[in-house]
Amino acid sequence: MTETALKESEGGALYKAPHVAGYAEVSHETKLQLFEQVKADLRFGDYLYGCYECGICVGACPSAKFYDFSPRRIAQAAAREDVDLVYQQMQEDIWECSQCFSCLRCPRGNNPGGIVTIMREVAVNNGLASAKQALVGYSRIIYKILSTGTQVSPDMLQADAFPDWGPEVADVSDNLDLWRRALPAETMHTTSTGWAVADKTLVELYVIWLETGVLDMIAQVDDDLHSILRELMEDRLEEAGIEL
Amino acid sequence: MTAPTRVPSPSRVHTSSVPDRRSLEDPRAALLALERDGELIVQKIDRESMAVTTKYGRVKQIQKSHLWHHKSCGQCGHIPGYSTSIFWLMRKLGYDYMDPDDQTSCTAWNYYASATSNSAAQAAVAVRNFAAAYESGYFPLIHCGTSYGHYKGVREELIAHPQLRAQVRAIMAKLGKPLVLPEEIVHYSEWLHALRYEIAAKAVRDTSGLVATVHPACHYYKLVDSDAVYDPDIYGGQRTAVVTGLAQALGVEVRSYSTWFDCCGFGFRHVLVQRDFTRSFATLRKIEVMKQEANPDVVLTHDTGCVTTLDKSQFAAQAHGRNVGLPVMSDAQFAALALGAHPYRVCQLHWHSADYRPLLEKMGIDHEQAWAEFQSDLRRLESGEKRYCDWDDVDA
Repeated sequence: MTETALKESEGGALYKAPHVAGYAEVSHETKLQLFEQVKADLRFGDYLYGCYECGICVGACPSAKFYDFSPRRIAQAAAREDVDLVYQQMQEDIWECSQCFSCLRCPRGNNPGGIVTIMREVAVNNGLASAKQALVGYSRIIYKILSTGTQVSPDMLQADAFPDWGPEVADVSDNLDLWRRALPAETMHTTSTGWAVADKTLVELYVIWLETGVLDMIAQVDDDLHSILRELMEDRLEEAGIEL
Repeated sequence: MTAPTRVPSPSRVHTSSVPDRRSLEDPRAALLALERDGELIVQKIDRESMAVTTKYGRVKQIQKSHLWHHKSCGQCGHIPGYSTSIFWLMRKLGYDYMDPDDQTSCTAWNYYASATSNSAAQAAVAVRNFAAAYESGYFPLIHCGTSYGHYKGVREELIAHPQLRAQVRAIMAKLGKPLVLPEEIVHYSEWLHALRYEIAAKAVRDTSGLVATVHPACHYYKLVDSDAVYDPDIYGGQRTAVVTGLAQALGVEVRSYSTWFDCCGFGFRHVLVQRDFTRSFATLRKIEVMKQEANPDVVLTHDTGCVTTLDKSQFAAQAHGRNVGLPVMSDAQFAALALGAHPYRVCQLHWHSADYRPLLEKMGIDHEQAWAEFQSDLRRLESGEKRYCDWDDVDA
């Protein structure tokens, strides 16, 4: 009998079999190691103080209204150091959070949304299935923010990408260059970035990504994207005469 | 393997560098103390300022002029009239500013969406931008609610964690920049709020018969809540005063609605790759409730994601016959319209989706004529007469 099936037969937490869950069951040691990474984040102690079980965070949470998601369970699993449940949440729950931080209404001062942020980081750093799945379709946006320093660009407004945003999206797309040139602010005549960003500033940004390990994080979830970004940044830094 | 317990254990108290997250009610004092210890530099307010009060009564100074505009990627990218309206208002009121090109976005939209970053990177991005402002001599003014809330969070982390300060200081040294933070982190809607009577005095369009609902942006007042602006005379001090205070100063009737605390549904990743949630939340929990309970002429808000979400989500709901159809814009766009700004040349309303024309008609604006004027601008650009429009073209 598998470990998961055993837990189900014992009436424990309703863990799914791996073929249903879509992610691999891992050893307790691995789960513990992942939780230790969450706890090691310098913000963790500032985000968790205990739980009154009042449910105010759930009442305020938009994701709880639409998904099987509960900020209270996030805070409690972390407080109880229930590494099995934390692992399940890292694989199933954390990407549903809206990161609006309405849960900061917590009378105890907890920050369940912040704990989710840390859990997501650990999921990315370890290449968990949930992170890879959540970031499918997101590569272009990560490329844009890491390479240009602005995330949302005018040329992202394409009718086929936003069919539910109305016909105005196609109007923008069809007239993009002209409409951007009609903007009175000089920095905003751009179409592939939100505004013009100086070359020197981009180089400084690349130094930050490389020095803080952000580029290495990308390698865990998208090898191709990592290669493209690495080449781009290294070329740019070499041109600027910067060695890290 | 330890079986997961289903019985809640007593609350666990963690050792923390901050006794309680909400105890840091005067971050300015904490920054100045660190500056005295040689840990960092604090960029001081060095021009005329206006005093406003924060949630628990701390006085926050808002510098009026000589401001370094920290732009928003979502505003500049998808709703550019948001940014141009802020600039236009500042020009109209006669306050100088810098629109820099050595600014990156805060990168927090991506961080809250994909988590492909970390606290050190986020702090370094924030401090690099603050250092750019410091080098220019202009004081930073943040356009985006997320940038503003996120930077306040970064400030708390830098104050609380010496090791983070050391890490960021080392990165800044590689860039030839100091570890510097501004004396106050200021959102543009706080600037509008502080100057609301000065703005209202310059209004040329009558907005007194209009009804508005206000969506307060989550990252403005939920992240580091103690540093958001409140006023005992607005909602009895129980909700943030920004946006509402400006609208009321312009004579607008601001009506409440039961889901005012709810987020807009933006969700960071959801608005881009999981929009079924965003559309549902924005329309079912916000727009429909506003329409049913308050029936406003316009929805006013003060953040990038909120304007985008509340505006763009209505099209699909309208196609399904839902009770939606409210124009959505920023407080800056609305104030600019009140002060005579052109709805297309300045406020760029043609980038919006929900029908704003009935509102313009109520404001006495001939939108057909205004569109014809904008089209004439485009013809000048197409003919090569001008390569770009500029501030001289927009009565600034």
